[in-house]
Amino acid sequence: MTLSTRAPRIRTVAQRDARFGQLLLAPTLLIVLVVVVVPILWTVVLAFQDLRLIDLRRRGLFGSFTLDNIIGILTSPGFWTALRTTLLFSIVGTVASIGVGLIAALALRRTFRGRTFVRASMLLPYVAPVVAVTFVWQTMLNPQFGIVNAVGTDLLGWDDPVAFLSQRSAPVSVFGVEVEVPVALLTVMAFETWRYFPFAFLFLTARIAALPGDLEEAAVMDGATVSQRFRYVVFPQLLPTIALLAVLRFIFTFNEFDDIYLLTGGAAGTEVVSVRVYDLLTARGDVGAASAQALVLALVLVVLLGLYFRFVGRPGEEP
Amino acid sequence: MTRAAPVRQAPTSRPPAPPPQQWTRDRVEDVLFGVLGWVVIAVLVAVTLLPFYYMVILSVRSLDEVILRPGALWPDSFDLSTYVSVLASPDDGGQGFLLFLRNSAVIAVLTVVVTLLAAIPGAYAISRLQFAGRRQVSTLFLAVYLFPAILLAVPLFVFFSAVGLRGSLVGLLVVYVAQTVPISIYLLRNYFETVPVSLEEAAAVDGASRWTILTRISLPLAMPAVVSNALYVFMIAWNEFLFALLFLAEDRERWTVSLGLSQLAGSIEIPTTVLMAGSVLLTLPIVVLFFLAERLLVEGLTSGAEKG
Repeated sequence: MTLSTRAPRIRTVAQRDARFGQLLLAPTLLIVLVVVVVPILWTVVLAFQDLRLIDLRRRGLFGSFTLDNIIGILTSPGFWTALRTTLLFSIVGTVASIGVGLIAALALRRTFRGRTFVRASMLLPYVAPVVAVTFVWQTMLNPQFGIVNAVGTDLLGWDDPVAFLSQRSAPVSVFGVEVEVPVALLTVMAFETWRYFPFAFLFLTARIAALPGDLEEAAVMDGATVSQRFRYVVFPQLLPTIALLAVLRFIFTFNEFDDIYLLTGGAAGTEVVSVRVYDLLTARGDVGAASAQALVLALVLVVLLGLYFRFVGRPGEEP
Repeated sequence: MTRAAPVRQAPTSRPPAPPPQQWTRDRVEDVLFGVLGWVVIAVLVAVTLLPFYYMVILSVRSLDEVILRPGALWPDSFDLSTYVSVLASPDDGGQGFLLFLRNSAVIAVLTVVVTLLAAIPGAYAISRLQFAGRRQVSTLFLAVYLFPAILLAVPLFVFFSAVGLRGSLVGLLVVYVAQTVPISIYLLRNYFETVPVSLEEAAAVDGASRWTILTRISLPLAMPAVVSNALYVFMIAWNEFLFALLFLAEDRERWTVSLGLSQLAGSIEIPTTVLMAGSVLLTLPIVVLFFLAERLLVEGLTSGAEKG
């Protein structure tokens, strides 16, 4: 692949290359170490300290060590609720966004006039600024003047406007059975699906375009129907991409902060762990507890990923 | 129905075609999925584009009209005063988005410049030069890309508070660069690897130094990737919210458009239509850039996926 391994060269060139390579990478490495690696290690240290933002100047950055933060997090009921919400949100968000992305990618395999434009528009929710799209969603779902409730009450016969983003749960009758539905949580999940299905769509479209055509042609010759061709020919070839997407989307959704903070602020049963970290840090100024919370979040993620790789296997390729 | 086995065999001949009027499973599915496909496309287009359309429409409607007829999808009047109001500075009774736009542009452009200055040499080094630790550096960058921003938020917030850099744009710039350089190196590296080694070897034989090879041969050839990467980084920096919120929330003069819109969104005094104009101004540059460079961007981002 590289010059130095490809052709037998005199040692000095290889040495010069090595030094030049390290020199070229040095600025990047420095900034990543200072702004990413050191802070992460420092989070671990902070998690075991009793530090508040107001004490910062007086006490300096290193105090005595304590387990109180970790114990405090693990024994607070709010944490377990938030962790459960985070897990639910991540699983539904991941599965739904990949599912919709797959359906979109399959539907857009057919060629038609304007397909390029349609494909590009599919990516808009993903590339548009999160603050703008959450604001539009909030406005559309507004109980007083939002278009969704206007259509719902005028055309769909809803009795009352639904407070999609501030109502914790509502009874919905399904075939005569009353079921409590977590309204706000489902709404943020719907938003998550809307915003991130383009990510799955993008990767699956690229993969589908690269599929060898002869397998499917052979299946057609053998009389396989559309659904059979998908089930036995196309889908198996997409599986590695889907597995990779599942890992990536799960990681990103599990740590999601912007979407939920901007839509509900973590109210009405949508408080996920990352929003708790933010609240502990800014509203309470409790650096130790915030660090401990963030650390526990990261550890849970690492354990879940470990289990995934152990039982499902490693995706074939890095993203 | 298991038809997996025949699928793998070499095709010999298609089974005798059924008479055209007969509803075989094959024909039913062709019709069903043919129709379903169009329905899916129509629904998806509506669902993805409607919020953006609604954003634009609401920004030119008057507030009274919105409250009176919330379900209308077409404005009765085009009222552009919302844009004037959102752009004007607070001294003139506006919301000061002109300043926010400038702040966002400055931060995003600086992030792009600094990121490329670091990422181009870095990507070249990883793709072409053999040195100790090369593999580990690659892994480290991938880990940084996957690493949750909220975990970084705590220590960086504390550190910048302690050294008094929290309200400064420089602090924010450093954080943005650290988050965009690793993914940029990853994307550019893929491209540098497609540049034929023979070209570089020819230059080396002619006595060109590594630096000359990088700047005169590899970089010009990698220009499409560099441009798409620059746009990608610009979008990330322009859209970023969490760190802007943590670092700049206290000083209105330094707000970015994203931060400004989110901070003002909760206010009762500012009409939603005015803020909707602000949200159009926030979204427009991204949408324009995206449609200009859509093909470049998509190819750059999925170059890894296609290899399967």
